[in-house]
Amino acid sequence: MNNNALRSSIKISLRSITSVLPVIIGILLLTSILVQLFSAETITQWFGRQEFIDVLIGASVGSIAAGPPLLSYTLGGELLTQGVNLFAVTALIVSWVTVGLVQLPMEMVMLGKRFALYRNLSCFILAILISFITVYTVQLLS
Amino acid sequence: MKKQDNKKRGYGGWLFLGTTLLLFGFVALRDFSLAEQSFHLFSKMLLQIVPALILVFCLMVLFNLLLTPEFVKKHLGIDSGLKAWVLAILVGIFSTGPIYSWYILLRELKQSGMKTSLMAVFLYSRAIKLPMLPLLVHYFGLTYAIILSLNLIIFSVFSGIITGLLSKNKLENMSKD
Repeated sequence: MNNNALRSSIKISLRSITSVLPVIIGILLLTSILVQLFSAETITQWFGRQEFIDVLIGASVGSIAAGPPLLSYTLGGELLTQGVNLFAVTALIVSWVTVGLVQLPMEMVMLGKRFALYRNLSCFILAILISFITVYTVQLLS
Repeated sequence: MKKQDNKKRGYGGWLFLGTTLLLFGFVALRDFSLAEQSFHLFSKMLLQIVPALILVFCLMVLFNLLLTPEFVKKHLGIDSGLKAWVLAILVGIFSTGPIYSWYILLRELKQSGMKTSLMAVFLYSRAIKLPMLPLLVHYFGLTYAIILSLNLIIFSVFSGIITGLLSKNKLENMSKD
C-alpha cells in the first residue's frame, strides 16, 4: 500500500470529521436539554384523545425527541403502563429512530436538503402506517 | 469555489453550536439544576459517541483507500441490483453509534456515486437495534418485537423507494442519460 495514499486518505478523513464536530456537539447539547425538559409524566398528559390523534402525537414526539433508542423503549414502556395506547407508543418508538428533527440541519448539510426533507417526511408517514400494521398484526396473532 | 463552500459549511456548524450554547446559557439562567442535569447527560453522550467516531474515521480511511468512485458506482450506484439493497439493510442493522456520525461516511459514499435510495434504506434499517431486542421484548413482548422488527425491514425498502423517487437529483438524471 502506498504511504502517500494512506497519508492523504487520513488527511481527507480527518478534515471531514473535524468539519462536523461543532454540529455534533451542538446536537448533543440540544438533545440533553430536550430530554431533561420533557419527562414521561409530562408527555403522558398529551395523550388520551382519539386513537389516530394519539398516533399523530406519538409520531410527533418521537420525531422531535432525540437520544439513544434505549430511552424510547423505556419511555414507551412507561407510557404504556400509564394507559397510553400501543398504536401511539409504537409510532413514538419508530419515529424516534427513523425521523430526526434535531439532526435535520446536519442531515441537510451533509446529504442534501431535498434528500433530508423528503426522507424525514416519508419516515414520519411510514411511522404512522407501521404502528397500525404492527399492532393489528400482534392483535391478530394473539 | 469548492474552498468557499467548505468555508461556508464550517461557519454554519459553528453558528449552530453558538446558538445551542446561547440556548444552554438561557436554560442555566432560568433553571440551574436543569442545566446541570443536561450537562451531565451531555457529557455521558459525548463519551459514548467517541468510539463510534473513531470507528467511522477508520472506515473512512479504509473506504478512501479501497473504494474508488467506479467501485461504489458499480455496487451501490444507480445500476446496482438487489444485492445492494440487501447490503444496505444489513449494514444499517449492524451499524452502531449515533446516526450523525454516519452522515460523514454517507456523504463520502454519495460523492463517490452511491444511490440516494440506498442511503435512505441504510438510515431506516438502523431502527433495528439487535443488542436492544431483549429490552423491546421485556417491555412489549416477543411477538411484538418480532413483528415490529420485520416491519421495519420491509418499510426500510419503502423508505428507500419513496425517498429515491422524491429526491431524484440532476446528477442521477444526467448519468441515466
